[in-house]
Amino acid sequence: MKIVVCVKQIPDPASPYQLDPESYFVVRPNDQVLDDTDRYGVEVALQLSDELGEDASVTLLSMSPGGSQQGIRQALAMGADGAILIEDETLRGADALTTSQILAAAATRAEADLLIAGTESTDGYTGVVPQQVAEIMGVPALTFARKVEHVDGKLRIERQTQAGYDVVEGALPAVLSVTSGVVEPRYPTFKGIMQAKSKPVETLTAADLGVTAKVSQKIVSVEEVEGRQAGDIIEDDGEGYLRIIEKLEEVKVV
Amino acid sequence: MTFQLNAEHEALRAMVREFADREIVPNAAQWDRDHHFPVDVVHKMGDLGLLGAAFDEEYGGGGGDFLSVCIAIEEIGRADQSMGITLEAAVGLGINPIANFGTSEQKARWLPDLFAGRTLAAFGLTEPGGGSDAAGATRTRAVLDGDEWVINGSKSFITNSGTEITSVITVTAITGDEEISAIIVPAGTPGLIVEPAYEKLGWHASDTHGLVFDDCRVPAENLLGERGRGFHQFLATLDDGRIAVGALSVGLIQACLDLALEYSLEREAFGRPIAANQGLAFQLADLDVALEAARLLTYKAAALKDAGLPIKQAAARAKLYASEAAVSATRVLTQVLGGYGFMEEGPAARFYRDAKILEIGEGTSEILRLVISRGLGLPVV
Repeated sequence: MKIVVCVKQIPDPASPYQLDPESYFVVRPNDQVLDDTDRYGVEVALQLSDELGEDASVTLLSMSPGGSQQGIRQALAMGADGAILIEDETLRGADALTTSQILAAAATRAEADLLIAGTESTDGYTGVVPQQVAEIMGVPALTFARKVEHVDGKLRIERQTQAGYDVVEGALPAVLSVTSGVVEPRYPTFKGIMQAKSKPVETLTAADLGVTAKVSQKIVSVEEVEGRQAGDIIEDDGEGYLRIIEKLEEVKVV
Repeated sequence: MTFQLNAEHEALRAMVREFADREIVPNAAQWDRDHHFPVDVVHKMGDLGLLGAAFDEEYGGGGGDFLSVCIAIEEIGRADQSMGITLEAAVGLGINPIANFGTSEQKARWLPDLFAGRTLAAFGLTEPGGGSDAAGATRTRAVLDGDEWVINGSKSFITNSGTEITSVITVTAITGDEEISAIIVPAGTPGLIVEPAYEKLGWHASDTHGLVFDDCRVPAENLLGERGRGFHQFLATLDDGRIAVGALSVGLIQACLDLALEYSLEREAFGRPIAANQGLAFQLADLDVALEAARLLTYKAAALKDAGLPIKQAAARAKLYASEAAVSATRVLTQVLGGYGFMEEGPAARFYRDAKILEIGEGTSEILRLVISRGLGLPVV
């Protein structure tokens, strides 16, 4: 089984993000890290691959300025076999649909039996890419998985819902999106880190995939988020709890 | 000259830091209080490849460089010095002599489990009668009786010698006139008595015992490398170890600076953060310089070793400077934290207790100054 995992390189969340003053795009440094939410997808892929043995392979798929490829190497060090990097200046500022077209074309080209992604990226948060990719590829979308099993050539997942979970089954090929917490991502090992540098990373452009990038969105302005307001201090005069309950009802948590 | 670590070193640092932050930092205080040796941390460090990182892939090692080991020790030591010394001693004192001087049979027998973190090895050099004067003070004797060595004597302060997974102890012993050899003694050999764990000032979660050899018999082929080369072997082992203790010290200085920065920006006195006081800020500036200097000395010594160049002076410099800077760093941190620094509820008190031994183990500051003086050509005695 050929498993392809979408991974995104993002600027280190521990350092403050910069916006380009003209395009308002996030300025991407040379060293970007693996989006933390993608580690779950990589782990699910590696576990499935371990289960299936030699017949399975795990390939990473990323559309981003490659830079030092630090984030991709991180995922390779966890144990993925190789990576496909789509690096193309015309894709700068690509919207979710363009991104999905590219990823779908690359996954098809790689003959993926299963495409795995996180539910959304930590820097963009559109949360629509996995479903769009499935639609474009014309394959089932098994989304928001909190548990994944491979049974009789099919995938069976527990799909996280607001109230609990649904059990969903789908035939392969398919697209699978996984929530954070579906599995415990492994640490890369020392050997994994050393081997990552010699694993193949294939670099492609939009043209290689036969996709013409149409950037249909433009950020016209950005505004600072209002700073957090100081909280209310309720002094307990014996009935302070009533006012706390009132507050909780106001914000609808009880 | 760029002074940049390569991408693999940085990836290794990130991996070890995440592991240490998640699996060691939350538990270190409890292990320290309970004097508990967390054997699963050794297993996990083995799984991550930290124990065998710098050794032969033939026996399951990582085929990496010594600098990688130093980075791992630094990052584990930043989280907890007890686990840092556990790793340092496991690699520098436990694995190193067998990997460097062992026969292929000895390597094949012991190294795979040691690299995987399934077992630990220890190195018995120091004796009750002398640490710095290890050669002159060695009283432990090994006599060849037929095809067995019969060992009698005792050893002091031996790290990782009494854990539930300790598999083997390499022991230096007199084997003839002015002749010291190293002999491999498997754990559980009759006549090897592991004394109760020491009550130590610091390193509470690290395993340290005295050992007694009472007509302890091991096969003749347990001789490590060549007969009579014990003195040379342990000097070489200690040179490597000094660089590694330098790395352990660097980790402690980093931990002190991080905590001191965080606290001094939060804590207010007289209506402003205490960090606004030059008297405090300048101490942290000095700490930053000491950290950088200690790290550079340590990495340089490690890089020299990786390049196959002489390291005696560089190793002595790195350990001397880094360990003394680490002791100072814990004093500064405790002072910055004030009363809280004296309380066992935070890590500062533990760091303070853990630091002092860095100036003693694997070469006291005095011995290191002696080594460096002699390296300068001084006729110092």
